[in-house]
Amino acid sequence: MDQPMSAVVICKDLRKRYDSKKKGVDALNGLNLEIREGECFGLLGPNGAGKTTTVEILEGLIRPTSGHVEVLSRQWNGRDDTAIRQRIGISLQETRLKDKLTVFETLVLFRSFYDVGRDPEVVLEMVQLQEKRNSWVVKLSGGQRQRLAVACALVGDPELLFLDEPTTGLDPQSRRDLWEIIRDQQTRSRTTVLTTHYMDEAERLCDRVAVVDHGKVIALGTPSELIAKLGGDHIIEFDLAAGEGAAPDIESLSGLPEVSTARVGSDGYLLTVTKPHIALPALIAQLESQNHELARLSTRHVSLEDVFVTLTGRHLDDDEVSPA
Amino acid sequence: MTKYHPLRQLFLARLRTFYREPDAMFWTYGFPLILTVGLGIAFRNRPPEKIVIDIADSPRAVEVKTALDADERFKVNICGTDECADRLRLGKTTIIVELGEEYAYRYDPTRPESHLAHISLDDALQKLAGRADAIDTKNVEITEPGARYIDFLVPGLLGMNLLGGGLWGVGFVITDMRVKKLLRRLLATPMSKSHFLLSLVGGRLVFMIPEILVLLGAGWLIFDMPIRGSVFAIVVLCLIGAISFAGIGLLVASRADKIETIAGLTNLVMLPMWLFSGIFFSHDRFPEAFQPFILALPLTQLNDALRAVILEGQSLFEQGVPILVISTWGAVAFALSLKWFRWT
Repeated sequence: MDQPMSAVVICKDLRKRYDSKKKGVDALNGLNLEIREGECFGLLGPNGAGKTTTVEILEGLIRPTSGHVEVLSRQWNGRDDTAIRQRIGISLQETRLKDKLTVFETLVLFRSFYDVGRDPEVVLEMVQLQEKRNSWVVKLSGGQRQRLAVACALVGDPELLFLDEPTTGLDPQSRRDLWEIIRDQQTRSRTTVLTTHYMDEAERLCDRVAVVDHGKVIALGTPSELIAKLGGDHIIEFDLAAGEGAAPDIESLSGLPEVSTARVGSDGYLLTVTKPHIALPALIAQLESQNHELARLSTRHVSLEDVFVTLTGRHLDDDEVSPA
Repeated sequence: MTKYHPLRQLFLARLRTFYREPDAMFWTYGFPLILTVGLGIAFRNRPPEKIVIDIADSPRAVEVKTALDADERFKVNICGTDECADRLRLGKTTIIVELGEEYAYRYDPTRPESHLAHISLDDALQKLAGRADAIDTKNVEITEPGARYIDFLVPGLLGMNLLGGGLWGVGFVITDMRVKKLLRRLLATPMSKSHFLLSLVGGRLVFMIPEILVLLGAGWLIFDMPIRGSVFAIVVLCLIGAISFAGIGLLVASRADKIETIAGLTNLVMLPMWLFSGIFFSHDRFPEAFQPFILALPLTQLNDALRAVILEGQSLFEQGVPILVISTWGAVAFALSLKWFRWT
């Protein structure tokens, strides 16, 4: 935060309460964020964590119950709204466009709202929809519609681009095409705010990520910083064959050389280790001495998913359980 | 950047989504045309129906039938006494005449057609027997265009169509966009809200032109309906009506966030006017006590003004009161919608 980089988005103590008849739901509980110019910033979290609420407050579509929001050094106050909207591009989680306009007509319509922007033909090429140029929106597949929604966000050549779950439902090739678009934003020092379920996507694209849970940021940093916090680069996953003998206790496992943490997962044991070539023989020796038979064992690199599970005890794609 | 002028693009988008929607095209242009032609044919002025008369069989029956057949008002049958009685009871004939020393008429005087048959038949038979008219008379028949049902109907349908256009073409379209979250997506752009609303109202005014042409054209070409006032006056009235009804459409859509809500509100607005505003029959038929309420409805004023111009050839200047009432509705509706309208 002490870096001299200018912040394009600042949120301080953001709160949002949805009131229903019986009880209110706190979607945001004092969320703080600072997004810097030119970075790709990822918001990660399970469904209901408050990602979309945060993004829609930043986009000026909903008002926070309390808290301070600054976007491109301006605030959503009615006076500056149009000035902010001229400079941001938005792809909503679910975008319905006019069914019976063609892809190109839709892009020209959105282009017409911006004082400056990109040529719709160029944007069409960026999202690989040239072949569908004259098709009605209603005739497009889900993935093509998603790409058109992103194209509508790009056509104003935004300084700040918001993409809410942009790759959900896309085929692998379309996902990679979209990654190229985000990288292009980065090379032009334009800022992207991305929410996603896909950890590989966040790890590849995001300069920094914020893990959001129960309406708060619970971890913030570059993907490698967050992974380093787990105290190891590798995960050993294993499970035991059903058999005689007491289950190995977690404490003895975490006491093995080069093992920083040990936990029981949904289908076996997970050890976070710094040097697998030392930890592995020690683990196997210990299991043998206790007469345990291995059913399965694998090693992999630590991912953001592991960071999230360690922080919250839940998986990213788990549905939200009622807030504790 | 005139190539991408937002008002022009919004207006083009409105035109495209309208003419690419066969349903909207049908209900705006096809349905009123079918209604005009259908009702025009069903209620066309027909020659009076023939009076059915039965003569109870007797030696002179054929002679009398031949004489009556020469009169085109009558359709004459000869049948046995019992059969004639059955036919009268079943309503297949209106009167039975028995030709004896004196003529006997059998009929039910409480049935209007039998009553008419009795007078006409007695008159004809008396003349055949040699009765002379005491005074000379002549008949002037009036069936000229401009006084028929179809002439009354077409201006009413035109008004009804303009009302429907405002409610469906503005109110329903906005609600549909709100339900599909399209309004929300547009709100997320720097689009000017007044451009958006202008494009909808502008669309209504463009769609109105074929509506006028279709209805008045059908009346004029198929039914020879007279258009006595100026076309300019008709277009101005339609314009004022269409803008006001667009305002009412905007008002009912200002908060509706479900299709069911807008459908209900639209019916709530349209049904009273369909009933009271003199589309299919004159609103004068309702009791005197209802008239102030009926005359306060914008569609009543529009229909009355359209009929005055089209059928009576009145000028636009004589339509001051209708124009004032219709515009007031429009102005109040627009003002309230600006206050209440919600984009999301």
